[in-house]
Amino acid sequence: MSRDTIDVVLVHPELLGLYGDRGNALALRHRARARDLDVRLVEVVAGEPVPVSADLYLVGGGEDASMVLSHRLLVEDGGLQRALENGAACLAVCAGLQMLSQEFTGPDGAVRRGLGILDVRCPRLTGARAVGEVVVRATGPVPGPILGFENHQGAAVLGPGARPLGHVETGVGNGHEQQEGAIQGRVVATYLHGPVLVRNPGLADHLLEMVTGRELEEFVDPPVDRLRRERLRAAGPRRLLGRL
Amino acid sequence: MPSATALPPSARLTTALAAARTAGWLSRRLTGGGGRAIAGRTLMRLDPSAPRALAQGRRITLVTGTNGKTTTTAMLAAALGRQSRLVTNRDGANTPTGLVTTLAERGPETVVLEVDEGWLPWAVEVLKPVCVVLLNLSRDQLHRHPEVHRLANAWRQALTDVPLVVANADDPAIVWAADTAQQRIWVAAGQTWTQDSMVCPSCGDLLKRPGESWSSCACGFRRPTPAWSASDGSLRHHGQRVLLAPGVPGDVNLGNAALAVAAATAAGVEPTEAARAVGSVRDVAGRYAEFVRGRQTVRLFLAKNPAGWDAALRALAPSSASLVLAFNADGVDGRDPSWLYDVGFDRLAGRTVAVCGRRGTDMLVRLRLDGINPVGQFDTIDGALRALPSGPVDVVGNYTAFQEARRVLGHVA
Repeated sequence: MSRDTIDVVLVHPELLGLYGDRGNALALRHRARARDLDVRLVEVVAGEPVPVSADLYLVGGGEDASMVLSHRLLVEDGGLQRALENGAACLAVCAGLQMLSQEFTGPDGAVRRGLGILDVRCPRLTGARAVGEVVVRATGPVPGPILGFENHQGAAVLGPGARPLGHVETGVGNGHEQQEGAIQGRVVATYLHGPVLVRNPGLADHLLEMVTGRELEEFVDPPVDRLRRERLRAAGPRRLLGRL
Repeated sequence: MPSATALPPSARLTTALAAARTAGWLSRRLTGGGGRAIAGRTLMRLDPSAPRALAQGRRITLVTGTNGKTTTTAMLAAALGRQSRLVTNRDGANTPTGLVTTLAERGPETVVLEVDEGWLPWAVEVLKPVCVVLLNLSRDQLHRHPEVHRLANAWRQALTDVPLVVANADDPAIVWAADTAQQRIWVAAGQTWTQDSMVCPSCGDLLKRPGESWSSCACGFRRPTPAWSASDGSLRHHGQRVLLAPGVPGDVNLGNAALAVAAATAAGVEPTEAARAVGSVRDVAGRYAEFVRGRQTVRLFLAKNPAGWDAALRALAPSSASLVLAFNADGVDGRDPSWLYDVGFDRLAGRTVAVCGRRGTDMLVRLRLDGINPVGQFDTIDGALRALPSGPVDVVGNYTAFQEARRVLGHVA
């Protein structure tokens, strides 16, 4: 179905906005406008019910205490789960990925039940905290290389229901089989903040195409291309430079 | 010659101090730099107990927080300076080597030191301050301190033996950290950046934040009643009104000034006298400094993190000056500039903006998403300034970009 206005919900921006997560909403709006699409952005703050009728939900990253609180409120509310079960699209970043999983291990070592949307388990990374630039060779439907920055202690182990976004060339990602992120149905999850949709217009377009149900015309954004070249030159293997 | 380790403690310190002075002198002669860093490193290497020994018997006040350390330290030093001679780390060197270099300036009993947030527990343990001033806590250098709450908890543990804390009552993380000190003086110093203090540090519930107040329903943790509050150009303290006119711009500096006056008053300075001294502080290590460059008048702002950028953009909002935004991600800047998206740049709408710095592209992309289209992206601050019209120009930079701008502008002034 083609449509002109996309309803985007930013979930708990004051709790899950540790790494510039708002930028993902701005990038979506920017790339939608370039195609004469409108993005209607609704920010749902903690304690408010999450509307079930939006097209796309953005669930960002946060500190451990913020994540534990946000998770509790989302479980109590149930709106996000209903929306995703009804087929809405979602981008979940870092803490967002962990909350949407089957189970995640908190900083206290306790294993918490996730919202159960993704066939993913999130134990803690066994080594040091993963902090740094990430370069991912795409193996799924999202065009690559996928670039970003990670800063997390969580891992992600994918079950048969989920596929990774790609293969980690630089960085840690899921910390398991050199995979990064997870895609399952219309839910895309990643450990890359950065914010990930600004640095990866292909991922932003992938989400927009999912919710509009149509192929979008190409939109070249030279400053973003320059940013991608700079980051890949700084962090990535040289052979991937040719793929930009 | 006996080795340094074989010397008795006092002789060891004397030897280390002499070696540090020599190293500093050599460094100044050979490199033209200040030589303070190498002097501090030499001193710490030869006598690791030097900070403790040099702190003994002195009245030390520490100032820390995410933003405003250098400015508030300068304000407090100005106020305490009315009462006695003192030493302070005016250069902003706020980790152990910088602190020990300042302490090596022997003589004055009164010492005012700004301290890096992460080093506060060390400084409290080793330097035994009589007072600690706590400004604010928010996200900064997340690769180094990924959790603001963890830092607040480390402070809370460290502050239990401190006789007096002068602290910002408007910042829940600060109140949480300060609450264990033996005596607390609360100052309503303001908090415009609330994104890192939505969760109760005591029980993990959502904090209620109506107006300037805040409280947690679940556990009763709430904003303490401030003894000092600033509004409309004056400070209120137990029914007394003190005129306060900071010489540096922005609401955050009114809060910093209030904290400095409160701390100076606790140390025995008369409040009106303290406020006058605090108001005399203008250019703080280049922050807010003005330079004339051809037909441009350039004013410098430092902004290191989202709360800092938010405050800087608010402070310069009333002006129509054109702007240079200088942005790097080197060393102390932190390697991850994703927090640019936490800052609302839309308040720059209508201004003429140029971008520069080694991560200028990140800034350019960020601005465009808020509908701001810079006149250009330049490699250097000089290039950016040349592209802007004559008249007033505000330059905002993060740490290394700010220092570069300061060097460049200092040479042409």
